[in-house]
Amino acid sequence: MSVASHTKNNLQSDQPINYSTTQLLNYTTHLADNTLILAQRSSAWCGHGPILEQDIAITNISLDILGQARNFYQYAAQLINQSTNQPINCSTIQPATEDALAYHRDSREFKNCLLVEQENGDWGKTILRLFLFSSYQYLLYEKLQHSNDGQLAAIAAKALKEVAYHVRWSSEWVIRLGDGTGESHQRMVNAIDELWPYIDELFINAGYEEALLEDNIAVDVSALKEKWFEKILPVFNEATLQAPQNMFAKTGGKQGIHSEQLGYILAEMQFMQRAYPNSTW
Amino acid sequence: MIHEKDITEDALLKILETVTDPEVPVLSIIDLGIVRKIEISASGSLQVFITPTYTGCPAMDVIKTNIRLVLLENGFNNAEIKTVLSPVWTTDWMTKTGKQKLRDYGIAPPNIKQQVCTLEAFQKDEAVQCPHCNSYHTHLVSRFGSTPCKALYKCDDCLEPFDYFKCH
Ligand SMILES: [Zn+2]
Repeated sequence: MSVASHTKNNLQSDQPINYSTTQLLNYTTHLADNTLILAQRSSAWCGHGPILEQDIAITNISLDILGQARNFYQYAAQLINQSTNQPINCSTIQPATEDALAYHRDSREFKNCLLVEQENGDWGKTILRLFLFSSYQYLLYEKLQHSNDGQLAAIAAKALKEVAYHVRWSSEWVIRLGDGTGESHQRMVNAIDELWPYIDELFINAGYEEALLEDNIAVDVSALKEKWFEKILPVFNEATLQAPQNMFAKTGGKQGIHSEQLGYILAEMQFMQRAYPNSTW
Repeated sequence: MIHEKDITEDALLKILETVTDPEVPVLSIIDLGIVRKIEISASGSLQVFITPTYTGCPAMDVIKTNIRLVLLENGFNNAEIKTVLSPVWTTDWMTKTGKQKLRDYGIAPPNIKQQVCTLEAFQKDEAVQCPHCNSYHTHLVSRFGSTPCKALYKCDDCLEPFDYFKCH
C-alpha cells in the first residue's frame, strides 16, 4: 500500500492532501511523547503517594496516560511501516513497533513539551503540572476528536472523558493545597514559579503542526491559549493562587531540544531495552 | 473441527462467549460489548474487531491472546484480532445480561447514564445502588478500586464495601 493511499484511508474527506507523511508522523510522535513522558513522571509516585487512595489514583491516571501514548505510538509505527518512499526521521529499524519508538530513540528525537519532563518535586508540583497539562490536553483533544485524520480523532475521542477526570482530580488538589495551610500554599506558589516558564511552549505551533492545519489534521494550539486561561484561572482563584505575568518562556522540546531532565528519564526508562535489546518478560 | 468457510457468525459468537474479562471473570467479552465486528472473507479468513473499555485498559493484550487461543482450539489458525477505537465504547455497549451478571457477582453495574462528566471540582459523587442490599445510601471511597475500570464504594446501610463498574 502506498503512503498516499494509506493516508487517504484515514481521512474523512476527499480534499487534496497538502502535507507529507513525515509531518503527520512527527505530529503523532509529539502527541505520543507528551503522554509517555508525563506517564513515566507521574507513575514514579506509585508506592509513594501521600495516602493509599491518592497513590492508587495517580497510578491509575498514569496508566490512562500511558494508554494514550500506546495508541499514538501504535499509529506512528503503522505510519512508518506503511511508508515506502519517504525518509522517516527516526532511528528505529523496520518494522517499527510501539516499543521500539518508546525505547530505541534518543533524546533529540523526542518531541514532547518541556513541561512534562520537569522533575516531580513534591506532591504539589506534580499535581500542578498534571492540572496545567490536563487542562491543555482537554482543550486539545476536544478539537482533535474532529480531526480529518480518523485515527487521531478516534484516540482523542476515546481519551477525552478520562482527561476530564484528570482535570477534575488535579484541580481539587490544587484548591486543597493552595487554599490549605501556610506551608502548602507556599509550596504551590513555588511550584507555579518553577513550571510557568514552560507554559508558553504548549501554545506555539511547531512546523509539523503548521503544516497539518490546512487539512484540519492538527489542532491549532495557538488558538487554545485564551480558553486555557479561562479554565485554569477560576481554579487558581479558588486556590488563592496567582498566575505570574510576563515570565521568560523556555521552548525547544517540540523540536527535540530538551532540558537535561529528559536524559535522566530516558536513561532509566530505556535501560533494559538498551542493555538487552528486544528482551521480553 | 469446523471448516472456516462454513462457520456462521452466531457460531463464532458462541465461541467468543467463552472468553472472559480477566479482571471481571464473570463477564464474557460479548457481555462487555467489546466485540465490534466479525468478518469472514470468502476465502475463509477471519477478522475479529475489538474495542477497549478504557484507553489504558491493561487487560486488552490478555483478551487478545485469549481470543486467539480459543479460535486456534476451534481450528481458526489465521484469525486476525484487531483493535478499533471508534466509535468509542460506552456503558451502553454492555448487555443487560452482563449488567445482571455483575450485580449477582457483587459489583454494582454502571449507571444507565454517567451523572458526573464535567470538569468542575468537588462535584457530588454518583448515586450508586448497593449490589448487596439495593440501598442508595452509599458513598465513594476511592475513584479507583481493584482495577482502573472500577471505583470503590461503601454502603451506609449494610456497611459492605463494593466495587462499582464505572460509567463511561
Ligand atoms: Zn448495602
